[in-house]
Amino acid sequence: MTAPLVSVDDLCMFFPVYRGVIRRKVGEVRAVDGLSFDIRRGETLGLVGESGCGKSTTGRVILRLYDPTRGSIRFEGAEIAGLKGGALRRMRPRMQMIFQDPQACLNPRMTIGSIIAEPIREHGLLSRAEREDRVQDLLDAVGLNPKFANRYPHEFSGGQRQRIGIARALALDPDFIVCDEPIAALDVSIQAQVVNLLEDLQEKLGLTYLFISHDLSMVRHIADRVAVMYLGRIVELADRDQLYGSPKHPYTQALLSAVPIPDPKVEATREHIILKGDVPSPANPPSGCRFRTRCPVAQPLCDEAEPEWRRLADGRRVACHFAE
Amino acid sequence: MTEAVNGSSTARPTREKQRSLWGDVWIQFRAHRGAMVGVVVFTVIVLAVVFGPMIHTVDPTYADYRARNVSPSLDHPFGTDNLGRDMFAQVLAGGRVTLAVGFTAMAITITLGTLIGMLAGYFRRLDGVLMRMTDMFLALPQIPLLLVIMLVFRDSLRSLFGPEAGIFLLIVFVIGITTWMQTARIVRGEVLAIKEREFVLAAKSIGTREHRILLRHILPNVLSPIMVSATIGIANAIITESALSFLGLGFPPDFPTWGRLVVDGKDFMDLTPARVIWPGLAISLTVLSVNFIGDGLRDALDPRIRGR
Repeated sequence: MTAPLVSVDDLCMFFPVYRGVIRRKVGEVRAVDGLSFDIRRGETLGLVGESGCGKSTTGRVILRLYDPTRGSIRFEGAEIAGLKGGALRRMRPRMQMIFQDPQACLNPRMTIGSIIAEPIREHGLLSRAEREDRVQDLLDAVGLNPKFANRYPHEFSGGQRQRIGIARALALDPDFIVCDEPIAALDVSIQAQVVNLLEDLQEKLGLTYLFISHDLSMVRHIADRVAVMYLGRIVELADRDQLYGSPKHPYTQALLSAVPIPDPKVEATREHIILKGDVPSPANPPSGCRFRTRCPVAQPLCDEAEPEWRRLADGRRVACHFAE
Repeated sequence: MTEAVNGSSTARPTREKQRSLWGDVWIQFRAHRGAMVGVVVFTVIVLAVVFGPMIHTVDPTYADYRARNVSPSLDHPFGTDNLGRDMFAQVLAGGRVTLAVGFTAMAITITLGTLIGMLAGYFRRLDGVLMRMTDMFLALPQIPLLLVIMLVFRDSLRSLFGPEAGIFLLIVFVIGITTWMQTARIVRGEVLAIKEREFVLAAKSIGTREHRILLRHILPNVLSPIMVSATIGIANAIITESALSFLGLGFPPDFPTWGRLVVDGKDFMDLTPARVIWPGLAISLTVLSVNFIGDGLRDALDPRIRGR
């Protein structure tokens, strides 16, 4: 097996909560609480979970847009969790990000050409003429007319803007790209185009993706392995077919049962697992297993002991006392 | 045909000429009718003030006692005042000072306000300190403060830079430091909203340095409120300078400014209304044309409005 490209161990990101006149720290929101996983070179790891479970925070911490509270992030074996200033800046070209909102992720006052050229200019890699050629190549690579370089973001549709965002992420030839819900804001027909573009680029350039989404069907399409997150923790991590074929964690089972099946007869008769209640606050998570307050199979043990992040016989990893 | 530099064999289509930002801005600005009228009027005023005294070579301080309170004629196009001084020459000379005060004070206000607003909005650590300082300045009453500063520093500055330049520096500085707070507050609010947008995060993930994020991504997006503050600032500075002259704390009495001319003329409105009308008209036209220019610039700088 090849060495992992990105390797995360016990990663925590707590956001402090301040209150009062003197801004005393009164608590913390545990957005990401003890994640451990590897991303192999060339694969796509899907990261799914409901809103507010810490998916986007995970992506941003790995890219070091936040300073992690605890834990280690290794990129090609080198520790990057504690990097600062210039050393961190030199790491940046290796890892890039594609954003969720194609409206907000492009500066409305810059032309497409200067938006895509910014990473190159910032790292001082190419001369002016080479840079312009590179921008044309990138626009071509993401399926846009190279003549668009002179236009402004508001002249484009959502799907086109997402392509511009992808071109910017590719400008520095990264190895690893965090895709933070890149298709959530797009029409279904455009979603397919963008996902296919991402797959083509992965094949051509040997990219590694962390694909964050709440669209389970899309993750099934694009991901090699899938991690399911709940309230700042990963509850199950398995190969795609294993996870979708036989989910082991009760939360994964509930999530998958919510995906509609495109056949009215089956859909009318099949069993749905409906979770009761709301997600507990990440500022004050439940003791023991974090899912126990909504788990259909919870036992007294779940209250007392935190489930171990263990490996099952078939290679998948689950955090549940009763998963077999 | 451009030759591919990086060795790729694909032939490139000849590309469109790179559009320059200021070229686009100019095209859009020209389409804004009000702004173009503003530019014409403002240019006429500036040219008249700068070159007028070379053509109309009457000394604005020369008192001709035989021609007091005369109506407009060929010799005295705007008439004369109660001491027989030529009004046209006084308006031209006063315009130089008033325009210089207006623009310099506006520049100080905008620079200070934008700098403090951007720093407070972007850097959380500075926010508290800078904004409390802003509140403190806002709590100071402007006119009494002006009076105190004038009284304290007037003589020492006069002896340092001479009577006119000393007073000019003092007035400009005082107006500047008592009016930057509104700009700072507006800019801070805008920066707080802009810095949470994803394109700022994208710039961080690229490794853009912070001063570049501020200059390239944040400043252009808060330009509209700054333009508005700037145009209001000029009007404000001209009016504050008049108020100071009115209180007798501005420039020396025989040194004409537009505000001063209005103040001196107000007692003779029945006799020679032209003494108030001409400098008043000059102030109004300047402020109005600057406002139109600011409006046009703001529209032209926003690519979303451009081309509509």
